[in-house]
Order: sequence, then C-alpha cells, then structure tokens
Amino acid sequence: MARTRAGALASAGQEEERPVRGPWALAWFRFRRKKLPLACLGIILAVYLAGVFAPFVASQDYNKQDLDQARQAPSLEHPLGTDRLGRDQYSRIVYGARTAAIVSILSVSFGTVAGVVMGGLSGYFGGRFYSIVQPIEDILFAFPGMLLLILIAATVKPRVVEFTRAFEDATGISGLVKSGVVDYFVIFAALALFAWPGMSRLVRGQILALRETEYVEAARAIGSSGWTIIRRHLLPNAMAPVIVSVSFGLGGAVTGEVVLSWLGIGIQPPNPSWGRMIWENQAMLRTPEWYLLVGPIVVVGLIFFCFALLGDGINDVLNPRAR
Amino acid sequence: MWGYVFRRLLRLPLVLLAVSFVTFTLGHYGPGDPVEVLMGQKFNQEVADRIRRERGLDRPFHEQYISYIGGVLQGDFGESYKFQGQPVLDLVLPKAAVSAQLGLAVILISTVVAIPLGLVAAIKQGTWVDPSVVIVTLFFMSVPAFITMPFFVIVFVRTLHVLPTTGWGGMLAPQIVMPALVMSLGAIGSLTRLMRASTMEVIGQDFVRTARSKGLLERVVLFRHVARNALIPIITVIGLSLATLVEGAFIVETFFGIPGIGAFAVDSFFSRDYPVIMALVLMIAASYVVFNLLVDLVYPLLDPRIRLR
Repeated sequence: MARTRAGALASAGQEEERPVRGPWALAWFRFRRKKLPLACLGIILAVYLAGVFAPFVASQDYNKQDLDQARQAPSLEHPLGTDRLGRDQYSRIVYGARTAAIVSILSVSFGTVAGVVMGGLSGYFGGRFYSIVQPIEDILFAFPGMLLLILIAATVKPRVVEFTRAFEDATGISGLVKSGVVDYFVIFAALALFAWPGMSRLVRGQILALRETEYVEAARAIGSSGWTIIRRHLLPNAMAPVIVSVSFGLGGAVTGEVVLSWLGIGIQPPNPSWGRMIWENQAMLRTPEWYLLVGPIVVVGLIFFCFALLGDGINDVLNPRAR
Repeated sequence: MWGYVFRRLLRLPLVLLAVSFVTFTLGHYGPGDPVEVLMGQKFNQEVADRIRRERGLDRPFHEQYISYIGGVLQGDFGESYKFQGQPVLDLVLPKAAVSAQLGLAVILISTVVAIPLGLVAAIKQGTWVDPSVVIVTLFFMSVPAFITMPFFVIVFVRTLHVLPTTGWGGMLAPQIVMPALVMSLGAIGSLTRLMRASTMEVIGQDFVRTARSKGLLERVVLFRHVARNALIPIITVIGLSLATLVEGAFIVETFFGIPGIGAFAVDSFFSRDYPVIMALVLMIAASYVVFNLLVDLVYPLLDPRIRLR
C-alpha cells in the first residue's frame, strides 16, 4: 500500500459545484454520493456495533451447545442453522465480529499512530533518525507478513502464556489465561508490529514531498518552529493517504486475525473467531449437511468484500489521481 | 541507477542476517525442546543428553547461531528434527518444486484471464462493462482463500461432482484445478486492474490518436498500438508476482493437502521443526528482498518522474 502513488487532495477549485467548504466536508460530500461504498460503511459499522453489543444482538450464547439440535437447517430460531455441536451459527458470527472488532481496531490504531509518528519524524528530521528507523523497517518488510505472523503466534505466545500464568500465581489474579486475553494481546501485537512500517513509509514519502512546498517555506520564513510546521502544515496535508491506508488496513487486520485463527494459532476456542468457526465447519463438507457452511462463508465473505469496497470508495474520494 | 542497485544488493546479506537472527532467537527461546521433538514418544534422559551434546544444543546461544550461519554459508541448513537424519535442503527442494508448479499454473490462469479482461474494461469505459469488471475484480481481491475454498468445494465437488477434493498429481492432474483457481483469484483481480489502468493511460496518448487519424482499423489500433504498449508494465509485474504467491500457499496447500512449501511450513511450525522453519524463512525472506528491489527498479521504468537515489 505504501507503494501506491499517493496524491494529495484534488484541487477543490476544479469541482463544478461547490456546495460545501473545506477539503474534509468536500470529501464527505463526494463520498455520500457513492452508494455502494456508503452502504458498505453502514454494514461495517453495523458489524462492529453488533460485535460490541453482541450479547443483545445474538440470539443465544455463542458457546451454548445442544447436541439434540446439531446440524439443523436454517430456521426462524437459528437463521443460519446450527453447527455439529448444535451451536447457533448466527450467534457465533455475531460474537466473532466482536473478536474481529477488538483485534482490528486495536492493531490498526496502534500501527497508525506508531507509523505516523515514525514516518513524520523520519520524514521531517530525516538523516540520523531515519538511519535508525530504516533498517528496522527493512527487516520487517523482508519478512513475508504471513510468515512473521505465524512465527510470532507459534513461538512468542506460549511464552506470554507462561508469563501470564506466573503473574496470576504471584498476584492472585485469576482467569487471565483462561479468558483468552493473551491470544488477543499477541495477535494484536503481531499485527501492529507488521502494520506500522508500511504506514511509516507512506507518511515519510508525503512529508518529504510536502516539506519542499512553498507554504512550508513560508511558515519557516515567519519563524514557525519545527513542531508547529509538522503539526499545522505537514500532518494535516499528509492525512488523506493515511486515511485510505487505514480503511484498507482494517480489512487487512481482520483477515490476519481470521487466517491465524483458521490455522489454529490465533484466537483459541472457546473464544469466538470467524476463522475458527469456518475451520470447524469445514469438516461438514464431507457430510450431507455441507449446505450449512454456505451461510457463514457468504456472510463473512460479504463483510470482507465490504471492507474492500469501502477502502476503494474512500480512495476514490481522497486520492482521485490514483484511479 | 547501478550504484543504487549495488547498494541495495549490499544490504541483502545484512537483512538476511537480521532475519535469521530474529528467527533463530524466536526458535531458541520459543517453546518446545528440539530433542523431545527428535525423540518423539521414546524419550530417554540419557540419550537426550547425548543427542544434545552431539548436535551442540548444549552450547551457548551465540555459538549455536554462529555455527548455524557458518553451515548456511556452505549450503548446509542442518538436519530436520522431525524427519530424522534428513538434510533440510533435501526435504525442502521437492516441495519447492510442487509449489513452483502450482505457482506456474496460477500465473498462466491469471494472465490468460486478466489481460483481456483489463483491456475490455478500459475500452468499454463509460458503459456498464467497466464498473462491473472493477467490482468483480475487487471482489476477487478482497475475499480470502478460506472463504473461496469451501465455496469451490461446494460448487465443483458437492454440486457438480466434476473434480476430486484433495491431493496432488502434478501439473496435469485434475487436482490442481481448484487450488490453482483459488490462488488465481487475487492475482486476476490485481492484474486486471493494472491492465485496465495501463490501457487507459496508453489510449489517451498521441500516437494512438495518430494511428486512428491515419485511418487504421480500430482492431489494428487496439492490438498493435494500445495492447502492446499497455502490456509492458504488466509483463514485469507478472514475473514479480511469483514471490507474493507464497502467502496464499500457506492456506491453500494446507486445505487441499498439497505437498508444497506452504503446507510444509505450517506443518513445521506445529511440530516445532526449527531447522526447517529457519531454512524456509530465510529462503522466502531472500526472495522477498530481491522482489522488493526489483519492484523498486521497475518503478522508474513505469514512471520516469520517479528517480532512484
């Protein structure tokens, strides 16, 4: 993503109609007319909210087993049917949204903040600071992302679990390991670690280009401090590609979590994850009830599609040159 | 330009050294005792101690690391823990060959589909064709493999009964169809978009107008002037996209039971076969670094405004 040609905001003057003022209001005005991305924004917000308010949205507990009700076809009671343990698939998707929301929001916000700070500093001060940051970025880039994720999940997590157990024993706090906090933490940390270098390069590229502009020169000429220039002039103008990158990054982080859980090294059962859910259901492909898999994969697949459509729509609005 | 390439290539061993160090450290301090993995069920303290001494696993971390790097420099990646007595390289190479065949099939499929599709989308701009192609390719790019794989099985195996579910029979066996299709989707998406953008750029240029104005058939203009020039950046990207296929291979090979590098890597992670993991990480990371360098080198060719420093 960092490699896409990132343009600044389109010159607002060329717009035929200008009902609103300010670049952000204009961007929103343009975005509002794009029906599909707008619908996707709504769907994704709904998915996140459903995750947050999962106990109210789901029809039953995601882990409630009822072997008498196993492999039921969709019905009013179970809109997407039940899995091999008689768990309601709809409720499992809703609770899976909670995991996806926690992991993606945490890792993307951390990756964005770290990336913007690192990229901003290495772009503006360049030289010595960048010579420290660049090798770290290079190494993180050299790792194929998925491999790094798997490596961290497979090697670091058991150590963190051990450490947390010792911490529980020492402090008398209990249930941390059992609650799966460690899974969430490690996945979040691994995704964030992988997210910031891309963002940092993106921001650095922006800053390097903006630093040479006349208005920054003017700001320097009237004696603004470096910090003021970064905060008032450089960062706001570098924001458009950052937002585009964030909107793609959310979908990417959700994919990362779900893939890890699918492989069995992400969120561990009984905690809910779309990846684990689909992995467990795959066994049904060999049984006559294979159609029960259709509901979950269509719903989850559509959510991923929505992330992409939203990112694409935002990209169109904020970054018209990259079309 | 050449100075830049030289400096980047100079950095390759440094990056690989760092990557190997990170991986080695994670493996060394990570969970799982290699000797236990090696001995499996027949664990015996005395024998375990002896193996530890023979393999140098009782030595301090830095000595182990240095001797490992020394071995790698001579082409020796050590022996697998899980498959006793087998050099890692002998295990990895046949699997790399399987993954390479799958990768080749993916590149063939995606090229054959994406280039005409992108061309048509660009030509039909302003009609319903273009936005539909854009949406469909976005769909291909965004829906992950673990969603499309069960979907393909449902369609081709459970409903149409035309394909075998899993396994591997080489490039010409029917087993390759589903994994290759699944892995192609993403590549089709990105290649089509690239071809579309590239064609649109070429269509607007003066020599195309000249070709039209001297009365050439539209067909001739499209194939001889537009398509040929639009293909230049695509061909480079196709060659380079081979490296990125590794990502999809982890999941697709595991799901379809294909004995390639991706499934092997996932297996090795679960059995904590660190010598194999190390070798795979190093090989994939090396190809990534080279790939990144090539992409950076291609950029100035695509857009002369970008200059390398």
